[in-house]
Amino acid sequence: MHLAYPAVLSALLFCTGLYGVLARRNAILVLMSVELMLNAVNLNLVAFDVWLSRAAEETLHSGQALTLFTIAIAAAEIGIGLAIVLAVHRNRGTADIDKLRDTAEGHDPDTSDDDARTAEQAAESGRTGKAEATA
Amino acid sequence: MTLAQAAHGFLSPTGVEIAFLLVGLVTFGAAIITVTTKQLVHAALWLVVALGGLAVEYLLLTAEFIAWVQVLIYVGSVVVLLLFGLMLTRAPIGRSPDADSGNRWAALVVALAAAAALVWVVVDAFRTTWIDLDGPAAGSTEATGASLFQNWVLPFEALSVLLLAALVGAIVLSRKAKAESSSPPVNSRASTGSSPSVPDSRNHTIGRNGPVAGTESAKGTKSARETDSTEQEGAR
Repeated sequence: MHLAYPAVLSALLFCTGLYGVLARRNAILVLMSVELMLNAVNLNLVAFDVWLSRAAEETLHSGQALTLFTIAIAAAEIGIGLAIVLAVHRNRGTADIDKLRDTAEGHDPDTSDDDARTAEQAAESGRTGKAEATA
Repeated sequence: MTLAQAAHGFLSPTGVEIAFLLVGLVTFGAAIITVTTKQLVHAALWLVVALGGLAVEYLLLTAEFIAWVQVLIYVGSVVVLLLFGLMLTRAPIGRSPDADSGNRWAALVVALAAAAALVWVVVDAFRTTWIDLDGPAAGSTEATGASLFQNWVLPFEALSVLLLAALVGAIVLSRKAKAESSSPPVNSRASTGSSPSVPDSRNHTIGRNGPVAGTESAKGTKSARETDSTEQEGAR
């Protein structure tokens, strides 16, 4: 098999995931796109490992071992990521990453729309509670 | 390499290549639908198609163990986790118009530029490279297991520690505060109003008109109560 087939498919899948990460709004859809990017990398690793295991005299099968490690780390990452998204949703009432602008500069909260204001209220009240709890 | 090169025709694809191309088209199309559909649950289900297609590609590359691990972990558990996440964040069933953010066109430009550059570089670099798929499978379970437990034992064990840390971290992150229901929200809101240490005056109005503001800020007030009691529990 020509090596360009899996390499090109992997590049296209990676760029699809890149588009999803940049263009999506829901945090869980962003996590899905991250999974697509990780899978593109896995396909590259497997294809090059199969190629090199024939081309080289001695091989460690490092590509397949690294693929297994990547799959396990991706599973851990999706667990932690979903826990973070659920915590944010519980505290803010939204999983929309465009509305989590606490650390943004030059953003006026009064000009934002209603949903953003709701999230802002939750954030502000949370800060109020923190200030009063530490007092 | 030249002998092997002579045996392959550039424009006469073998059966494996045709199968790889067809499954690759299905996989790529499913990935495109995953990142562009407006229905959130459908995105997760198309992700199943994309990941399953990748498992078939692994099988075509004779990496059978990776293929079954892919089916088990990705299709079996990651997608189920994502669906649970969609359910728990109360994702709307049906089309949601705000699935894509405003910088969609900039993202499209970046992705197309990256795709063009990557495909050009990869095709140019590996123009004369063929994978030899004949003979015993390079990625059979025997070969993978032998190399994994001969050469990769220490990273394998370290990976189990990482998985344990991720498990504990996910439990800690998703655990609810214990006294959330026991501390009444009236106290916290009253003390919020009378607290002298609030730095911003706007916080007062927001904290006080919560129950009066009606439907618009109902959700915000509810999560604000939760946040209040959580913070108090943390301070204790």
